[in-house]
Amino acid sequence: MATRTFGESVLRNEDDRLLRGNGRYVDDIEAYGALHVAFVRSTFAHARIAGVDVEEAKAQPGVVAVYTCDDIGHLDQDLPLLIPHPAMTHPRTQRPLAREEVHHVGQAIAMVVAESRYEAEDAAERVVVDYEPLPVVVDLERAGAAGSPLVHDDVPGNVACHLVQVSGDPDDAFARAEHVFRARFVVERSAGHPMETRGCLARWDSHSRELTLWDSTQASISIRGGLASLFSLPENKVRVIAPDTGGGFGTKVFFFHPDEVLVPFAAMALGRPVKYIEDRSEHFVASNQERKQIHDVEVAATKDGEILGLRDTFLHDTGAFIPYGIAVAQVASTSLPGPYRIPNLHVEFKAIYTNTTTVSPYRGCGRPHACFVMERTMDLLAQELGIDRMEIRRRNLIASDEFPYTRENMVFADGLPVTLDSGDYVRALDTVLEAIGYDEFRAEQERARAEGRWIGLGLACYVEGTGLGPYEGAHVQVQSVTGKVLVSTGLTSQGQGHETVFAQIAADQLGVDPSDVQVITGDTGAFEWGVATFASRAAVVSGNAVGKAALEVREKIIDMASNMLEAAVEDIDIAEGRIFVRGSEDRHVTLKQVATVANPLRYAFDQDAQAATQFAPAFEDVGGPPLPDGRVPGLEARSYYSPPHATWASGVHAAIVEVDMDSLEVSFLKYVLVHDCGKMINPAIVEGQVMGGVAQGVGGALYEKLEYDAEGQLRNASFMDFLIPYATEVPRVELHHLETPSPLNPLGMKGVGEAGAIPVPALTASAVTDALRPLGIEIDHAPLLPGELHRLLAAAGALG
Amino acid sequence: MSTIQARSTEDSRTVTMTVNGTRHERTVAVRLLLSDFLRHELGLTGTHVGCEHGVCGCCTVQIDGRAARSCLALAVQCEGADVRTVESLAADDGTLHPVQQAFHEKHALQCGFCTPGFLMASEELVRTVPGLADMPEEEIREALSGNLCRCTGYTNIVDAVRLAAQRTQGTEG
Repeated sequence: MATRTFGESVLRNEDDRLLRGNGRYVDDIEAYGALHVAFVRSTFAHARIAGVDVEEAKAQPGVVAVYTCDDIGHLDQDLPLLIPHPAMTHPRTQRPLAREEVHHVGQAIAMVVAESRYEAEDAAERVVVDYEPLPVVVDLERAGAAGSPLVHDDVPGNVACHLVQVSGDPDDAFARAEHVFRARFVVERSAGHPMETRGCLARWDSHSRELTLWDSTQASISIRGGLASLFSLPENKVRVIAPDTGGGFGTKVFFFHPDEVLVPFAAMALGRPVKYIEDRSEHFVASNQERKQIHDVEVAATKDGEILGLRDTFLHDTGAFIPYGIAVAQVASTSLPGPYRIPNLHVEFKAIYTNTTTVSPYRGCGRPHACFVMERTMDLLAQELGIDRMEIRRRNLIASDEFPYTRENMVFADGLPVTLDSGDYVRALDTVLEAIGYDEFRAEQERARAEGRWIGLGLACYVEGTGLGPYEGAHVQVQSVTGKVLVSTGLTSQGQGHETVFAQIAADQLGVDPSDVQVITGDTGAFEWGVATFASRAAVVSGNAVGKAALEVREKIIDMASNMLEAAVEDIDIAEGRIFVRGSEDRHVTLKQVATVANPLRYAFDQDAQAATQFAPAFEDVGGPPLPDGRVPGLEARSYYSPPHATWASGVHAAIVEVDMDSLEVSFLKYVLVHDCGKMINPAIVEGQVMGGVAQGVGGALYEKLEYDAEGQLRNASFMDFLIPYATEVPRVELHHLETPSPLNPLGMKGVGEAGAIPVPALTASAVTDALRPLGIEIDHAPLLPGELHRLLAAAGALG
Repeated sequence: MSTIQARSTEDSRTVTMTVNGTRHERTVAVRLLLSDFLRHELGLTGTHVGCEHGVCGCCTVQIDGRAARSCLALAVQCEGADVRTVESLAADDGTLHPVQQAFHEKHALQCGFCTPGFLMASEELVRTVPGLADMPEEEIREALSGNLCRCTGYTNIVDAVRLAAQRTQGTEG
């Protein structure tokens, strides 16, 4: 029987080229005669544009064209609202180049195209924009309050959307409650910051009238559709290729960033390839961001700590526009109760415009916020009732025999009610508590305090709705001359290892080594059906599609080999590139021979092809046409997988931290986690995803806050001031796998892409609160910057 | 960033440097960054540009054997220098350098964008720091703290550097 690689930590197929410097990211692709773009971006957060003078810029050396909104024809329109929602009463989207008014610093106003980027930037500095400043609102609460300046003068109260979701009977729960309390939690603005900024290269072939766009996007098929629509081109005349992409984290799933329509426009207008590579300074102000929310919760519980009901009213900062809809706020609201029963819920949010960069999903997409609110709430409830923090969680966790657990009327981002499908939350909690040494920690903490050291233990449970539909597909082919296996999907890749994990799935069915399977992602020329890589859905949705297609190809191989070997289908097996008759394994054909025979009227390019002629034909209808009616040539299949609804991964993270009371820095002494993403294709890759998520979570817990001033200027728009964790800030993680297979898909998988990032701010706040308990402070903010901790300690009179 | 020709309007100069063992003499604009020179004049696109302000370390190359940010150097500053990029690491027969091999085995890369910078910084460590294989983990982390990675969470990179040190410094049991 073939070696099964599903579940093995197979080394990655994509590594070799990346290690040698042979990766091909967008800026590595050279196009003959390419022109280069620099943008003129607003330096005001809110202003009327009285005029844009481009004459001096046009006269600069190397400049080919300068565009304002007046020069881009039909593209001078509001860009699409990607995901409408009935509750979104006042959606506003960005125009490619601002017309009359700018709404945030960094909004594109003009585009300079020149022979080199250096010259384009020189000329961009000569574009003169006449601004008439308008009132600015940055503070989320102020923006949502009466009398605030308006971000869009036709949007009353700056409210883009107001959504109320009620599950069960929360009023009754509060009437029955033995203990009620309120709390407020704040999560600050951050951003994904992939190491490769965004960029694209467009080429227009005026002969074939075909547009090719290389784009560092997570959504190549979706962008192709959008461009075909905007430029009135048939889909087959637009090819979008996401080549090697240096991280995405959601920032690159949003489209259209203005360059993604303007660069193709310029390439078509000028008849030369055009490239735009965003620089990091632009990324800070022009690429989408996430995270800012303010939650006011009210909890109804019994004296024993059972939460009967929860009300949460929150403000969600959507920035200056809302082109991606309410995904972030909706995921936050529906993820709020997490792994806990909490049968009665009232969750209500307003998405509010501010004069800041637009918000769309960043790894976690509302889940870190929800986890922060719920886990801080659990700690507070435990403290108020005098019950152990972990015991109160155990009392509320959904038990393993309660699945599927549906939250009626809580509609998730896939448009379906939240239904937690599987898991073992209590076991995950107990595993982490044992691994972190919870029972022994109190004594350790007492000893440390006696030595003047401040250490604390924090823990957070999370769930993650993953593997969202609608669908993905895959094409699996054994190529007819070489016998090499090719898998094509509609997904894109930003480092997740798709070239390896999808190869494993196909390899297991076809009896070859994963390293012999080529996987294509991100090229609409290779596969044109599907959606995109986001929401921890790639392995689940595309992985199952690859599995289905590979199984179909396997059945074709066995069918044809049974004819060739004149043996019954049931007696045929596949292993190590050979198809053989069980029990008499010298009766065999190679995969390559079957592939060759499967394509009638072949030329004998090599000895394998010559040898193949000694076998009976692949098709049983001997005497008829070489390709009998109803048969297709070749060994290939196309299949699709559409999940019934999201599948819910889960986990528990815990850490022991130490607070340096001089510098107010927080460091991790020990970090333990259990995660459950169902069946794992490749544990090493899963661990990599989780550890990378934890690192981003550490950023969100302690360092990463985009600091806007009252005028809407981003004060820390560089890596010198906006602190992404280095190796010195991220702890080694002790990682435990728990596999409760998803009942929803054939391979039993749940997604894992975002998991690691979700609980870190919550558990860090819990650990620091625990460390400083004698000082009587509660952490209700993420991230916990030293300044924030200083403010809390000063307010508590604990600074001496 | 694009190729920048030495236009008549630009102040330009001739620079001679050795890159990956090959001597190059080019006339370039004086403001041309070394990173752009390597990528777009010489076509060595393995060196990546992540921030252009000298913090992320993606563009790390070696100048005269020492790790350096190619986005903070001008090409003309490298007159007479010996510059090495990620393309020089593997042996002539294609065998991966021990640092590259260790990154592969330890799953120390995901998207791969920061990887060339980490490799060039790590190669210098493995070559020049005695006892690296037995160094406390926090010291290896400190030694790698000139480079940002947004994907891996760093631990696999730390393990890869230690493994490469064990193999090249002869301490692997």
